[in-house]
Amino acid sequence: MRLDLGAIAKAGTSKANQTCGWRNFKPIFHQEKCVGCGLCKIYCPEGCVTMVEKKKYTVDYTYCKGCGICAEECSSSDIEMVVEEK
Amino acid sequence: MTTTLTASKEQSCQTLLASGHTACTGCGEALAAKLVLGAAGSNVIVTDATGCLEVFTTRFPQSSWEVPFIHSLFENSAAVASGIEAALKSLGRQNEAKVIAQGGDGGTADIGLQALSGMLERGHDILYVCYDNEAYMNTGVQRSGLTPFDCMTTTSPYGEFSWGNKHNKKDMPGIAAAHNIPYVATASVSFPKDIENKVKKALSITGPKYLQIHSPCPLGWRSNPQLTITVARLAVQTGLYPIFEMENGKITKVRKVSTPKTPVEEYLKIQGRFAHLFKSPDGNEEIRKIQEIADRNIEKYGLA
Ligand SMILES: Cc1ncc(C[n+]2csc(CCOP(=O)(O)OP(=O)(O)O)c2C)c(N)n1
Ligand code: SF4
Ligand code: SF4
Ligand code: SF4
Ligand SMILES: [Mg+2]
Repeated sequence: MRLDLGAIAKAGTSKANQTCGWRNFKPIFHQEKCVGCGLCKIYCPEGCVTMVEKKKYTVDYTYCKGCGICAEECSSSDIEMVVEEK
Repeated sequence: MTTTLTASKEQSCQTLLASGHTACTGCGEALAAKLVLGAAGSNVIVTDATGCLEVFTTRFPQSSWEVPFIHSLFENSAAVASGIEAALKSLGRQNEAKVIAQGGDGGTADIGLQALSGMLERGHDILYVCYDNEAYMNTGVQRSGLTPFDCMTTTSPYGEFSWGNKHNKKDMPGIAAAHNIPYVATASVSFPKDIENKVKKALSITGPKYLQIHSPCPLGWRSNPQLTITVARLAVQTGLYPIFEMENGKITKVRKVSTPKTPVEEYLKIQGRFAHLFKSPDGNEEIRKIQEIADRNIEKYGLA
């Protein structure tokens, strides 16, 4: 690879990198007891949790690394970590 | 012809720090940077010193940054940001973007301290953000000036003659404040709304600002990635990581510790970097010293 003076990378291109392969546990968003606090989205270090509607959140499994923070912090224990079957 | 510095259209991305970065699972620093950018918005130009954040967001030819971003060297994030701010001023374009300089604790309190001091002294209109994970993580967990007392790192190992890091954590916010700057604050990834408020407030103030964010590193702290927020929260609740805001040299706001007081053991015992303190009864004396540090913080900043 040739590097020009001041190597420049295009904005947001890391999205090409699917980090799901790192995952051992997978968060299941049950969308049953959700109170819409948004903590799962706020605390996700990958920025891969999104709001579908007010009391319904979902995860983009392309990037989720399975840290379990969303499940740990969920206000209503509505997210469950399950072993990833590969 | 001048080009617009920042995107005018709504960002299509969910956050300004794109997914696909290569931070370890449960990384507090990745979360902190996401929160800082989210609060700052897209009209910013950011620099970052060498360290985990830079490495996991800029795996060439990819970048996770959705805002103009410059990787400096390890030691000069604040100097590069100073240059950017001076350039914007001389072009008369200082109202087009805010400048944010970033660095890890090593890049801020040790090797980058001189560049940061210069930035603060010269009065540049910049927000400096230090992501404090309390060691040189990117190179394999060496101690820094912000590593806490008795913490085990690869250069402050525990053993027959050592309880880990024998020095106290440097008072970096105090050093920043000693430059008579308008705004100094600390924050924690466990309180994201507080980070948002502090970033927004800092960016509304003209002049140099310093914000230090406690950001757990599951790899270096040997903590469960799932507990990143729990660990960070306990640091605040015990008084080991005082959260405050200082305006023009005066403490104007603090986050109170929990009542009744949470003993420091609660924080220490869930991290492998302090596990040696629990291996023998002799460790109790060390834990007592750490409790004293928390108590001193509570007293000093009025956290009770
Ligand atoms: C002048 C110089 N010395 C040493 C290094 C090697 N180095 C790169 S990152 C790093 C540690 C960074 O630690 P910190 O600033 O705390 O950031 P973290 O990785 O912990 O987020 C070191 C020592 C370097 N890049 N440049
Ligand atoms: S498990 Fe971690 S990475 Fe996955 S969605 Fe939850 S917080 Fe995000
Ligand atoms: S943390 Fe839990 S309750 Fe809150 S929005 Fe997410 S799923 Fe719903
Ligand atoms: S080593 Fe620590 S700071 Fe670096 S990416 Fe991993 S968890 Fe984050
Ligand atoms: Mg560090």
